[in-house]
Amino acid sequence: MLSFILRRLLSGVVLVAVISFLAFVLLYMGGGDIARRILGENATAETVAKKTEELGLNRPLLAQYGDWVTSAFTGDLGRSWFTGELVSVSVTNRLAVTLSLVIGATLISAILSVILGVLAARRGGAVDGTVQFLSLIGFAIPGFLIALFLVLVFAINLGWFKATGYVPIATSVGGWLSSVTLPIIALSIGAIATVAAQVRGSVIDATSRDYVRTLRSRGLGDGSVIYKHVLRNAGGPALAVLAVQFVGLLGGAVVVEQIFAIPGMGQLSVRSTTLGDIPVVMGLVIAFAVIVVIVNLLIDLAQAALNPKVRLS
Amino acid sequence: MTAIDVPPVPSAPSVAVAPVRVHLFRRLAKRPLGVVSAIFLALVAVIAVIGPWIAPQDPNYADIRAILAPPSGVHLLGTDGSGRDVFSRLLSATQTSIAAALIAVIVAIVLGVVSGLIAGYYQGWFNTVATWVTELNMALPGIVVLLAARAVLGPSVWISMLIFGVLLAPAFYRLVYAAVTAVRGELYVDAARVSGLSDTRIIGRHVLAVVRAPIIIQAAIISGIALAIQSGLEFLGLGDVNVPTWGSMLTDGFKNIYKQPVLMIWPSLAIGLTCIALTLLANVMRDELERTVSVRRKRRRAVTTATGSIAAVTTSLSTSGGDAIEDPDELPVIEGAVITHPEDARSKASEKVLEIRDLRVGYDQPDGSHIEVVHGVSLDIRKGEVHGLIGESGSGKTQTAFGVLGLLPRGGHVTAGSIRYEGIELADASDRVYSGIRGKRIGYIPQEPMSNLDPSFTIGSQLVEPLRKNLGLSKKDATQRSLDLLARVGIPQPKRTFDAYPFEVSGGMAQRVLIAGAVSTDPDLIIADEPTTALDVTVQAEVLDLLRDLQAERNMAMLLVTHNFGVVADLCDRVTVMQNGVFVEQGPVRGIFGHARHPYTQALLDAILDEGPARPPLATKGAGA
Repeated sequence: MLSFILRRLLSGVVLVAVISFLAFVLLYMGGGDIARRILGENATAETVAKKTEELGLNRPLLAQYGDWVTSAFTGDLGRSWFTGELVSVSVTNRLAVTLSLVIGATLISAILSVILGVLAARRGGAVDGTVQFLSLIGFAIPGFLIALFLVLVFAINLGWFKATGYVPIATSVGGWLSSVTLPIIALSIGAIATVAAQVRGSVIDATSRDYVRTLRSRGLGDGSVIYKHVLRNAGGPALAVLAVQFVGLLGGAVVVEQIFAIPGMGQLSVRSTTLGDIPVVMGLVIAFAVIVVIVNLLIDLAQAALNPKVRLS
Repeated sequence: MTAIDVPPVPSAPSVAVAPVRVHLFRRLAKRPLGVVSAIFLALVAVIAVIGPWIAPQDPNYADIRAILAPPSGVHLLGTDGSGRDVFSRLLSATQTSIAAALIAVIVAIVLGVVSGLIAGYYQGWFNTVATWVTELNMALPGIVVLLAARAVLGPSVWISMLIFGVLLAPAFYRLVYAAVTAVRGELYVDAARVSGLSDTRIIGRHVLAVVRAPIIIQAAIISGIALAIQSGLEFLGLGDVNVPTWGSMLTDGFKNIYKQPVLMIWPSLAIGLTCIALTLLANVMRDELERTVSVRRKRRRAVTTATGSIAAVTTSLSTSGGDAIEDPDELPVIEGAVITHPEDARSKASEKVLEIRDLRVGYDQPDGSHIEVVHGVSLDIRKGEVHGLIGESGSGKTQTAFGVLGLLPRGGHVTAGSIRYEGIELADASDRVYSGIRGKRIGYIPQEPMSNLDPSFTIGSQLVEPLRKNLGLSKKDATQRSLDLLARVGIPQPKRTFDAYPFEVSGGMAQRVLIAGAVSTDPDLIIADEPTTALDVTVQAEVLDLLRDLQAERNMAMLLVTHNFGVVADLCDRVTVMQNGVFVEQGPVRGIFGHARHPYTQALLDAILDEGPARPPLATKGAGA
């Protein structure tokens, strides 16, 4: 078990290292052109050269990467070229906001997906048909359209929630809830659609297994057969899909944060990429990759808890 | 990867060889959702081609005197926040939006399919690399990658979509890879290779034929995703401001959400409906494809049953002489009453445990029809008696057994007749009626040991749970009793097996565990469904010995479903022969073995090989009744 965790951890570290290298090379490859883009078309060659040197862009790419890695280990991801703010500070400030959206959406989708999926698989007929159709539509409609629709109906027409802005939970719990409810709903719908369809499929699959018949033949009722044995066996594939959905939710948060004017990592991504603030973009890429690696590790641990084959191999 | 989880498409192993496409498109025409989606997409495609020419006004001309004008004769859908004609913009935006999405899809298909074919067909290092790239791809949300690319490469829908195509390629790669891996192991591909066909021809002929339909379906889904992401990027304002797209129109609408919310509706509808139509079309295609596959599979199974069954009846004993029966239709089928043999001295006491009368079992079909598999059979099992139920695969003997247990698969019902256990009617009874009987008074031993234990729970917990439920034992008592049972069924280290997971023990061990589970509550009746078929020959004998000992020791009645007359001779007191859903002959074992009167029974008995001299070919047609 310990070696399983260590192996997964190691492969996660390797993955982040590879991503950091690829991202760095691609982002800093432009060299002098980067300075030109920051200063604008009208800057003289002289000022561009000066800026290039100031930012250290004239040095060999590998040396620049080496420096970046060395300081990254001490927690220093450089400074924004535009605001001078520490990248590590501005990323971590926004981390909590984005994570609260994404984790909230993940939990809600997990719970609702299990309920809907089991319901569809067990009831069959019209219930099943409805759940399947809705999950198809939920999968098809882009999340940002749902977000816009929610703003239009619930914030602007009905005025139930704040249309934009974010209230930190420390300031007011009610205000925070009001500011994150619509974004979380907008994020969740697509995930619920996908995961519920998977849960439905896995539950139907697990229910048709021979051991389920044998468990029933031993006099066990639905309470044990479905909610203990079937769900545990159906949990693996559903968790795998949830892990993929989590990455999708991080991406979805980028757009949703923009719509609801929530100061999270997504908003920072859009701003820094539009400006060409490369150190911030680099910091964000690493932050996203680390989050994904950690979540995948957690999902692996959950898989191991559910499935003894994973645990014992 | 990205914001995307691409739902699984039925992949190659399930898709048989013959071309599916003709049937697929013809069948599609019968599904209203599919037709509506296809027509809508065709309309979008036409507008994408001719949109810029039929637009009544210049989509980029900003009339500053008519900002946010309501719909009128001049501006069919009004004007946007810069005074541009919304209708014209919508028409010309279709081209850019669809073209951009198509770029991503085409790049993804080319990269994914080619690499999937190569990796799947040749395996090796290429596959390792591809797996790594996929993993890398999964580690970042797609939109973050696209944003980062924009920081370097500047705002361009086309470059973004090119990169997005690369990000989407694994969706096709995985599909093709799985399909190719499955197909290259097939015998007909081996045959093609042996007969000297080149790799490219094999890939083109056999492999592509299999993945074509799934690729089309996947492409429809991926197009929807590409359109969504592309619109999302444009909506974020990351595209080129001079090119009208649905996403940038949405941005303008969102900016004016308080003043003119209707502006958001048109691009939303365009994006939303196109995405929905693509997904629905893909789904309808998948449904039809799966239906084609399941029909074909059923057909294939029917063929196997028809040709392979008689050999299976005599199982391991039958090694030659199979050529005698070529056509199953030649097997003697005789309509009429069951041939019943008189009781003999070995018959047990006449007190009945189970009485089955005119039992019929049928299955509801998806199309509303009903197929009957057991056509009115009657059977008595007396206290302490072992009753063999023998017949070839598909004769309905397992259906009869599941009918008694109330454990028929989905859609199956006992449709007529009665099953009385100690006076309680069990025919098509609810779980409530069965509680206290199934698992307590009636035990069940399945056929295939490994698949009948839940792999996620320890063997011990699967023994303890029913004991606690049925007998109300404490955890400690149930554990002790389970350990005793494991020792009783001949497991050398009961504690170790108790703590093990099913996949950690052998098939023979697992079957002993299942027998222990079946007898754990001291039932009066055991229903054993071919309890030794899946085991090695040496283990079979041991398990039969165990069953005989347990049966004698606990004086349990047993309904033993089998296709092996050796097992019947070994264990049973009485036997019923089943063919095509009806009983044909019934009576004490000696009577049946000595004086089989039904030609089907005689055919089965003659097919047994023993150490005697060679026999004449199996008598089939015209054997006297």
